Amino acid sequence: MLKVNGINVFYEDLQVLWEVSFEVKEKEILVLVGANGAGKSTTLKTISSLLTPKTGTIEFNGIRLDQLPPNKIIGHGIVHVPEGRRLFPEMSVEENLIMGSLYGEAKTQRNETIEYVYSLFPRLQERRKQMSGTLSGGEQQMLAVGRGLMSRPKLMMFDEPSLGLAPILVQDIFDLIKKINQEGVTILLVEQNVTQTLAMCDRAYVLENGRNVLQGTGQELMANDHVKEVYLGI
Amino acid sequence: MKKNHLFLISLGILFLIFPLVIHSHYYQHLVIIIFMWVVIGSSWNLLAGYTGQVSFGHAIFFGVGAYTAGIFASKLGISAWWGMAFGGIFSMLVGLFVGWVCFRLRGPYFALATLAGGEIIRLIATNWESLTDGMVGILIIQSFKSKLSYYYIALALALACIYTIRIIMKSKWGYYFVSIREDEDAAASLGINTTLYKNVSLMVSSFFTGMAGAFYMNYMAFIDPEVVFSLHYISIMAILVGIVGGVATIWGPAVGAFVMVGLQETFRSSFFGLAPKWISQAHALVFGLLVIFVIMFLANGIVGDWPKIKRNVFRIKPLSS
Repeated sequence: MLKVNGINVFYEDLQVLWEVSFEVKEKEILVLVGANGAGKSTTLKTISSLLTPKTGTIEFNGIRLDQLPPNKIIGHGIVHVPEGRRLFPEMSVEENLIMGSLYGEAKTQRNETIEYVYSLFPRLQERRKQMSGTLSGGEQQMLAVGRGLMSRPKLMMFDEPSLGLAPILVQDIFDLIKKINQEGVTILLVEQNVTQTLAMCDRAYVLENGRNVLQGTGQELMANDHVKEVYLGI
Repeated sequence: MKKNHLFLISLGILFLIFPLVIHSHYYQHLVIIIFMWVVIGSSWNLLAGYTGQVSFGHAIFFGVGAYTAGIFASKLGISAWWGMAFGGIFSMLVGLFVGWVCFRLRGPYFALATLAGGEIIRLIATNWESLTDGMVGILIIQSFKSKLSYYYIALALALACIYTIRIIMKSKWGYYFVSIREDEDAAASLGINTTLYKNVSLMVSSFFTGMAGAFYMNYMAFIDPEVVFSLHYISIMAILVGIVGGVATIWGPAVGAFVMVGLQETFRSSFFGLAPKWISQAHALVFGLLVIFVIMFLANGIVGDWPKIKRNVFRIKPLSS
């Protein structure tokens, strides 16, 4: 579905991704794991066109994404739920959700999708007139996910959705991602929370210092000695 | 809500009959200048307050508007009133160019680029003597003897500006602008063409500022680059009007214009002749203190922090529920 072929990405002169390649298959949950600075978020930002690869290509169902401006990406059915949620704090919950459905099909189906999001997150409905900046961390994460769902995506990319959440909420968020996946949305997840994500994913890639070093199913990687030593601490 | 409307209507009537009751040219002049600043402050606020692109160079658009009207009259012999329309349009085109250059930058870098832009265009206007007559300036003959016509033109311009911004902010453009201010990358990821909408905001803002500039030319009948492209008297004043009144509020810049022009005039005239002359030198100092005060205690400006002012100054407590 999504093919990333050998991308090299730079911040000015500093190269952060070196020939990164991977493929996301339809309806699966794919995880990119890695330590701080491994290039996980950079990879997602590049898919969203917030960064442009110097060489290499990104294809989504046969369409080249790497030369498009960032605002054209969502129209192809890809939505990015960014790290740190990146809500519009001085807009209400409902306005944030509406901002997720500005164009095309998402706009015509806005009311149904809002109902769907509220059925997933009754808390958001209770607070729909409240400024999103005043929500708690967990509620803000729900809203970020909800805003992503509003565009009716085919592929959802989550950047560290568990960041800053209490352990009990972390499990909720992962259950939720699974639920969204079961309804037919392909998931690309970036996480540092290796144990829990490897357990829930179909396949995973390990990034280190901007390069892919390992790939396999979640089970395979959990059994891998390198992963055990570096990420799981066993 | 009803109370609010009543207040606005009575305020409107007050301004409509003001020059018919108060015949003093001095006070009429002050209110005309205030209306002009309402336009500039509101335009600045659309770009800086709502769209989050803080401009330190609104003198660019004010000056281009004024010079369009002035050059129309002095070089082409066309009434400077045509400059009202064309000044806005030319300003908008200059705005588009400024946006093309400066919107590659974000945050403080954008602000610095507009600051530099203002100085560049001031120097161009000073040195391009065949077009602008340089420091000699442009002098035209006023169309009306009485201040009454100018008063109503300025009032109409101020109302049109506020009303337009109000409509824009209630439309989807308004949501796009605010989302760009709040988080530009997130806005782009949700499908908003952020470059386009930053330019739209800049163009509306520069259009009205240019009209205010053209009005200034018609009204004052004399301009030179040091006045209309001034960093201190135009660009910074536009920011002060916005900040003191209330950034990202519809009525904030209007209130700010009253406060700032009032203060400026009070100091310029040494408290209307009551205080010693040297006081008039202190106005820049007082502006500085005012900014510190506003940032410390009224970060959202007079309009934005009105509930706080009511609570603390008038000791009106909200009803406990």
